[in-house]
Amino acid sequence: MNEMVNIYIMGKLYSVPAELTIMNAMEYAGYKHIRGCGCRAGFCGACATIYRIAGESELKFALACQTKVENNMYIANIPYFPTQKAQYDINEIKPTEQIMMQLYPEIYSCIGCNACTKACPQNLKVMQYIAYAQRAEFAKCAEESFDCVSCGMCSNRCPAGISHRLVSLLARRLNGKYIMPKSEHLEKRVNDILNGEYLDMLEKIANKPLAEIEELYNNRDMEQK
Amino acid sequence: MYTDEMLESMKKVELSRKARIGQVPRRMTAEEKDILLAENHPDYIESAFTTLSVGANKGQKVPCALADLLQGKSRVLGKKIDLKKPKYESDVLIIGGGGSGASAAIEAYNAGCKVVMVTKLRIGDANTMMAEGGIQAADKENDSPATHYLDAFGGGHFTNKPELLKKLVYKAPEAIKWLNDMGVMFDKDENGVMATTPGGGTSRNRMHACADYSGAEIMRVLRDEVWNDNIEVVEFTSAIEILKDDNGNAAGAILLNMETGEVTVAKAKTVVICTGGAGRLHYQDFPTSNHYGATADGLVLAYRAGAVLRDADSIQYHPTGVAYPAQMRGALVTEKVRSIGAMLVNVNGEAFMNPLECRDVTASSIIRECRRGNGVKTPLGEAIWLDSPMIDMIHGEGYLEKKLPGMLRMYQKMGIDMRKEPILIYPTLHYQNGGVDVTADSMTTTVNNLYVAGEAAGGVHGRNRLMGNSLLDVIVFGRNAGQYAAAKAKQIPMPGKLNYNHVKDFDKECKDAGVTYKELSPKLLPNYNNIKTI
Repeated sequence: MNEMVNIYIMGKLYSVPAELTIMNAMEYAGYKHIRGCGCRAGFCGACATIYRIAGESELKFALACQTKVENNMYIANIPYFPTQKAQYDINEIKPTEQIMMQLYPEIYSCIGCNACTKACPQNLKVMQYIAYAQRAEFAKCAEESFDCVSCGMCSNRCPAGISHRLVSLLARRLNGKYIMPKSEHLEKRVNDILNGEYLDMLEKIANKPLAEIEELYNNRDMEQK
Repeated sequence: MYTDEMLESMKKVELSRKARIGQVPRRMTAEEKDILLAENHPDYIESAFTTLSVGANKGQKVPCALADLLQGKSRVLGKKIDLKKPKYESDVLIIGGGGSGASAAIEAYNAGCKVVMVTKLRIGDANTMMAEGGIQAADKENDSPATHYLDAFGGGHFTNKPELLKKLVYKAPEAIKWLNDMGVMFDKDENGVMATTPGGGTSRNRMHACADYSGAEIMRVLRDEVWNDNIEVVEFTSAIEILKDDNGNAAGAILLNMETGEVTVAKAKTVVICTGGAGRLHYQDFPTSNHYGATADGLVLAYRAGAVLRDADSIQYHPTGVAYPAQMRGALVTEKVRSIGAMLVNVNGEAFMNPLECRDVTASSIIRECRRGNGVKTPLGEAIWLDSPMIDMIHGEGYLEKKLPGMLRMYQKMGIDMRKEPILIYPTLHYQNGGVDVTADSMTTTVNNLYVAGEAAGGVHGRNRLMGNSLLDVIVFGRNAGQYAAAKAKQIPMPGKLNYNHVKDFDKECKDAGVTYKELSPKLLPNYNNIKTI
């Protein structure tokens, strides 16, 4: 359990327990994170990290909270990377052929190097989803990019200056709002509620004496499955 | 990945698996639950709580670590702070950049207000981002807000504040529509019918989800909407005290730049606290599923300003946190794993309870099972199996990957394929059931123009929250607070002179009551580095 490894945080050597994540190892070494730490569970993308194992040419990309340290790991946190956010009103725009050209024209400068895909700590096919966005195939772009944590590593490596996470976010919003089928039952329920339909029933239950509510609760019919 | 001892127990889990499929272990009676909770729930451990000596809740018990902060030393005492030149001026000041903060900001902006949001990390760095399981709303034919009410009221042991809970369930379908209309990708079929599953304690299948990225999907859309609006977002800037005007109404906040240490002032007509929960206080040394910044800052600010807390001694331990491997200890294993079929199984391969009891009951039952010697030994304590391979056996191959992509990935990175091998769990500190007492307009009951929404507010869930009602809470009451704070801001002039006399008064009360300060507060961030500096 107490095996130690040597890691280099921004080039400085520390000896840390081998079972720690990069994030925990930095804290073990004495760092108190302000930037570069968020949910600590792989959802928020705050802890994007680039590392290289001494002697190897390949650069690796990881979330510090999800990745264990290795011996001779050289670590750099990239807690922020400048990306370009287009302003839009989601109610005004539509999932048209031209929308990406209008809002994120740089995606058409993609040179197909695939560096974005190699940089993704979520193993998403980033270049592929950008290709879908170029062709206005927003549902496919949305599906392919759904697990994006917005860490920005793809943009960090992109020679064309693409803000991938924001492109895919736009595609997902277009998909969720315009392309996926409308939920009739939801629209109906919201309308009925706006017309005051369920209020009586709710008040009636809420206003019952506690003993009666308890009785109702303990004898609810449970929908199976 | 697993130890030999674990592998041996896993064999028993595999052996009993087939026979367990289709079985529904019986639910506990109300009486059985009461005994279970009293004997096993961490909230019943007296020594972990202490009584407050000052403030609106004087004489009431709260967790010791929270008391040290509520009665901690203010960061502004003894500092010279120039209140005359506010750096930020707005109609509405939002403190916190999570789901409720973003919802409040959007609504206040839509109401025509100038909005400033301050947040100590980045916008979106919040528990909302990590909510995996889903969001409840009664929008199906066989369901109604009244049924949702009954589920949540019973789940909360009938201690919820009725006017808040009524609003929560009644506004729920509209909240889903609001999100969907902004482009949130809810799981639905080709006819647009929302995929809804049960959650612990729900009598209808009303859990809406976006795979197991429900909170992340909602948060990133809300954040994008805030960015699209003309809302000033000030990141890495925490509020360290509330400011008041001459009439004692909330009128802004003192801010601290987390990186440079610069102290500045924000002035506003109304203030909304959306600072979330307290998991990073690690009550009773539990690990937590919470975000890095969950340190109860908003409770401290509001309490010093004169607000009342309710149910502050009621904590939710999520039944299934990662127990092994150690580096992910405490991370959330979503309740959805159980709602789509995985059973809780002990060291002998026995399903010892219905996996869809309410959270406090399930957590207590897991703790009891381990105390009875039926837990699986790990280097950091006992654990219970969550039999995840059942999911694909029930629904067909590929189902788990489709429904729980994030969870599958997290375990794969640790060398465990949860489709083939069960996983080890133990309760983790998950949610602050209580919080600041508010009216149905989201305003604090005692401080004018101070609003609180989301996990920082108390009452809506009573003393136990159901899965999927917190994401709902941050949307419904985030919007609610934003709307009411905006409406109020439009009726009143910009405050004149600002003061923080209440902080000085509170300090005096502490001294008079013989309180010894143990911590600077609000805490802002947990200390994990254990390094002594000079």
